[in-house]
Amino acid sequence: MKVRRWLADRWVMGVALLVLGYLTLPIAVVAGLSFNRPSSRLSYDFNEFTLDNWARPCATADMCDAVVRSMEIGLIATVVSTVLGTLMAFALVRHGFRGRSGINGLIFLPMATPELVMGTSLLALFVAAGVPQGFWTIVIAHVMFCVSFVVVTVKARLAGMDRRLEEAAMDLYASEWQTFRRITLPLVLPGIVAAALLAFSLSFDDFIITNFNAGTTVTFPMYVWGAAQRGIPPQVNVIGTAMFGIALLLVGASSLRGRRARRAALAVIATPAGKP
Amino acid sequence: MTALAHVPTAGGSPAPPPPVRRGRGRLLPYLLLLPGAAWLLVFFALPLLQLAAASLYDPAGSLSTGYAMTWAVGNYPDALQAYWPQFLRSFLYSAIALVLALLMGYPLAYAIAQKAGRWKNLLLVAVVAPMFTSFLVRTLAWKTILSDNGALVGLLRDVHLLGPDGRLLATPVAVVLGLTYNFLPFLVLPLYASLERLDPRLLEAASDLYASPLRAFGRVTLPLSMPGLIAGTLLFFIPATGDYINAELLGTPNEYMIGNVIDSAFLVRLDYPQGAALSFLLMAAILAIVFVYLRKAGTEEVL
Amino acid sequence: MRQMAQETPAGDLRLADLTKRFGVFTAVDDLSLTVPQGAFFALLGASGCGKTTTLRMIAGLEAPTSGQVLLGDRDITGLRPYRRPVNTVFQSYALFPHLDIHENVAFGLRRRGIRQVGDQVERMLALVQLQGYGRRRPAQLSGGQQQRVALARALINHPQVLLLDEPLGALDLKLRRQMQIELKRIQTEVGITFVHVTHDQEEAMTMADTVAVMNAGRIEQLGAPADIYEYPATAFVANFLGQSNLLAGEAGGHAGDEVLVTAHGARFSVPADRARLVDGPAFLGVRPEKLHLAGGPDDVPAGHQHVGGVVTDASYVGVSTQYLVRTAWGSELSAFTANSGLGGRLAVGTPVTAHWDPRHAFLLPRAGGEDDQTTPLLDEPPVGAVS
Ligand SMILES: Nc1ncnc2c1ncn2[C@@H]1O[C@H](COP(=O)(O)OP(=O)(O)O)[C@@H](O)[C@H]1O
Ligand SMILES: [Mg+2]
Repeated sequence: MKVRRWLADRWVMGVALLVLGYLTLPIAVVAGLSFNRPSSRLSYDFNEFTLDNWARPCATADMCDAVVRSMEIGLIATVVSTVLGTLMAFALVRHGFRGRSGINGLIFLPMATPELVMGTSLLALFVAAGVPQGFWTIVIAHVMFCVSFVVVTVKARLAGMDRRLEEAAMDLYASEWQTFRRITLPLVLPGIVAAALLAFSLSFDDFIITNFNAGTTVTFPMYVWGAAQRGIPPQVNVIGTAMFGIALLLVGASSLRGRRARRAALAVIATPAGKP
Repeated sequence: MTALAHVPTAGGSPAPPPPVRRGRGRLLPYLLLLPGAAWLLVFFALPLLQLAAASLYDPAGSLSTGYAMTWAVGNYPDALQAYWPQFLRSFLYSAIALVLALLMGYPLAYAIAQKAGRWKNLLLVAVVAPMFTSFLVRTLAWKTILSDNGALVGLLRDVHLLGPDGRLLATPVAVVLGLTYNFLPFLVLPLYASLERLDPRLLEAASDLYASPLRAFGRVTLPLSMPGLIAGTLLFFIPATGDYINAELLGTPNEYMIGNVIDSAFLVRLDYPQGAALSFLLMAAILAIVFVYLRKAGTEEVL
Repeated sequence: MRQMAQETPAGDLRLADLTKRFGVFTAVDDLSLTVPQGAFFALLGASGCGKTTTLRMIAGLEAPTSGQVLLGDRDITGLRPYRRPVNTVFQSYALFPHLDIHENVAFGLRRRGIRQVGDQVERMLALVQLQGYGRRRPAQLSGGQQQRVALARALINHPQVLLLDEPLGALDLKLRRQMQIELKRIQTEVGITFVHVTHDQEEAMTMADTVAVMNAGRIEQLGAPADIYEYPATAFVANFLGQSNLLAGEAGGHAGDEVLVTAHGARFSVPADRARLVDGPAFLGVRPEKLHLAGGPDDVPAGHQHVGGVVTDASYVGVSTQYLVRTAWGSELSAFTANSGLGGRLAVGTPVTAHWDPRHAFLLPRAGGEDDQTTPLLDEPPVGAVS
C-alpha cells in the first residue's frame, strides 16, 4: 500500500526525468565527441580521447569562416528584425488602426508556414527577379522569418504592461517623449532583449531557409550539412559544445544578478526558442 | 509560431484593441507598421505568389533556357503522382512523432509546472538547453547514439529486441525518433506555460468532490491545459511535417519525406515547376490541417 | 509646505456641464460642481457610477465629450495632463516598478527640470512617515506603504488640486481607518484642494468637508456630510449614505408649517423644511437610530408619531441592538437602540410601537410604483471592493 502511494506520487516525476534524459543525451554525446579523435573521416563512433580539437578549433579554416559569417548574418538580422518587429508591436498594442486583422495575419502566417515553403518561395522570387544569391539574400530571409517572433515577444511584454504607469507619468509632468523614455522603454526593454536573443538564435541556427537562398555563401549550419556528406571534422562538436556552454553561462550569469535579471532570463527561455 | 505559445489568456477575453484615433496621431500606427509590413509583404507574401506562378510554369523549360508561363495546372497531378509516397510518409512520420511527443511531453510539462518546486527553473533550462546547440550538430549526435557499433544497438540486440543484424540507424525508427527529439521542446514549452497557471487547489477541490485522480485529470487538468496543448501540437506538427534533415541524416532514400524531394527538385534537379507545385501542396495541406484542427478545438483566439 | 500652497494663485475647481460618453454609454452625465480651493471634497458613489471617469477628465487623462474643466478662471479642458497643476493618486497606486521609492517621489520634480531634489524628497517621505525607505523598490513595500508613496509622489509637486481615486480601497479595515486620519492630517497641513473618490460612505463622511453623492453619472446631492445625512435629497442618497426606513405614501399638501402624508392608511406629518415635496407619491423617511421602540401607543412621548408592529429579529452588535419590526401591512422597519444599560432587550415576538420625532423625519419624492424600503441589517459594503 505504502509503495503504491509512493509510486502514485512520484511516477510523473520519474517519466519527466527519463524524457529529460532523452532531450539531453545528444548534448552529452556532442560534448563527448568534441574530445574524440575519429578513426576515419566518415565515422561517428568514439575512438580515442584527445584535447586536440579544443586546442585547435580552427584547424578546419572553412568551418571557422562559416561560424564568423553566421555571426555577422545573425547580428545584422537581429538588429533589423528587432527594430521592425518592435515598431509593429507598438502599433498593434498601442494604436487603433484599420486593417488590424490583415496585419495580424501577415505576422502570424510566417510562423505557421513550413520553412521549406518560405525558403523555396524566396528562391523562386530571387531567381525570377534575377537577384544573385549570397550574404545579403540570407540576411533578407532571416529578417523575414525573425520579425514575426520579435513582434509576438515584444507584444506580449507590452500588453502585460500597466497603461496606468504611463498615465501616472504624464500626470507627473512627463511629456509624451519623456514618458516613453523613462517609463515605457525601460519596462518593455526585457521583452525587446528577449526578442533580440531569440532572433539571433533563430538566425544563427537556421538551415532550411538559408540553404535555398545562400548561393555560394556558407553559414555554419550550411557547413555542417555539407560536411555531413563528406565527413564531419570533430571541431564541429567543439563549436556545438561551446555554443551550449556560452548559452548556459549567459543564463547562469543573469540569474546571479538579482531577481529581475533572472526573470528576464526566464522570459527568454520560456519563449519557445523558435525553429530548428 | 510563438504566437501560438502566447495564447493562454487565463480564460478572460483579450483586451479590446485601442480605438482608432482621430487627428494628429492618426498616421502614427501606419508609420510604425510600414517597414515591417513592407518587409513581410515583399519577402514573404510576394514570394508565395511567385511560387504559385512558378508552379504553373511550362515543365519543359529549364533554369538556363528560362521558363514560360503556360498555366500548366497539370504540374500538380504530375507531382503528386510521382511523389505521393513521400507526401504520405511526411504526414505519417510526423503524426507518429507527435503521438510519441505527447506521451513524453505532457508528463514532462506537468512535472515541471506542478511537481518540481524549487527545481523548476533548472528543469526548464534543461528542456531548452538542446536548443542552445546547433540543430544539425545534435541530429548528427543521434547518428552516434543509434550507430550499429553503439551501446544502444548492442543492448537491444542482447535482449533480442533487435535481431543480430538489426539496425536502428537508417530505419524509419531513427527518423521518427529524430523528429520527436528535435521538436519536443516546442510542444513542451507552451504546454508548460498553461499547466503552470493551473491552480493545484482545483485538483484538491476535484478530489474533495469525489473525483478519482484519472477523472480529475480528464475533467480539470486536461481542459485547462487545452490552449497550451493546441499551441504545442501545432508548433510541433508544422515544422516536423516540413522537415527533411532527419530523413536525410538518420534515414535512407526509403525514408525520404516530401521535404527531401522538394530540396532536390530545387537544388539538384533544378525542376522549379515541380518543386514549386510540391511546396504549394505541402503548404496547402498543412494550412488545411491547421484550420480544421483549430475549428475543431474551438479556439479562434489562437490566431 | 503651507507656504507653497499659498503661493499658488487662488482658484476653485469647477466642472461645467461635463459629459463623457463611451460609445452609446454615458459614464458621466452633464456634471456641474464647484470645489472651493483648499477643500477636502469627497465624491461618493457605487462602483461604476463614473467617479474614476470624472477624475480622469480633471487630470486630463480622458477627453470630455462635452463640457469644461476650469481652475480658477482658467479653462484647462484641452490641456495635456502634464500641463495641468493637478496630480493624481491612482486607484492601485501605479508606482513605477523599475524605479526606487526615492526616484518615484522625485519623478515629477525631475520632469520639470529641478535638479536638487534630495531634500524635498526626504521631507516628503518624512511627511508620509517613510524615512529611510528611499532605496527600496515598490514591490518591497506593503500596501499601506505603497499608498503613502503614491501620495508623496503626487504631493511633492504642490498641485493646486490633488485627485485621489479610492486611495484606501486596497487596504484592510484597520489600516484604512488609520490612513483616513493620516490623509486628513496631511490635507490640513498642506492646504491643497483634495478631491477624494470613494465608495465607502463612512470614509467620505469622516474625512470630507463636502460630499457629492454620485449615481449613474450624475450628482444626486452635494453638501456637508451632516446635512446630507440628516436631510437626504433622494431615496438613493437616503439609502447609500447610512441606512433609512422609507415608508411609501402620498404627500397631501400643507397644514401650517407641516406637510401631511398618508401611508398605509395612517396619517403622518413632517415639518415643511424637511419635505422635498408637498404633493404626490412620497417616501416618509426615518433613520433607524431615530426610530424608538415602546411597549405600546400609551408609552409614546408627546409629539412623536408611531406605527405598531412585532419584533421579528434582534441582532446584538455591541454598542447597539438592531431590531427588525414587522408592521401590520407586512413591511419591516429597522430600529437601532443604544446599549446604554437603560431598558432591557426585547425578545423576538414582542409587540412594540415604533415611534419617532417628526423633526427627525424627512419626506422624499417617490417614483409611482415603489414600495417601502428598509436597508437590510448589517450591510457594511464589502471591504476592498474596488470599481
Ligand atoms: N474606456 C472605457 N470604455 C468604455 N466604458 C468605460 C471606459 N471607462 C469606463 N467605462 C465605463 O464607465 C462607467 C464608469 O466607470 P468608472 O468611472 O470607472 O466608475 P467608478 O470609478 O465610479 O467605479 C463604467 O460602467 C465603466 O464600465
Ligand atoms: Mg473607479
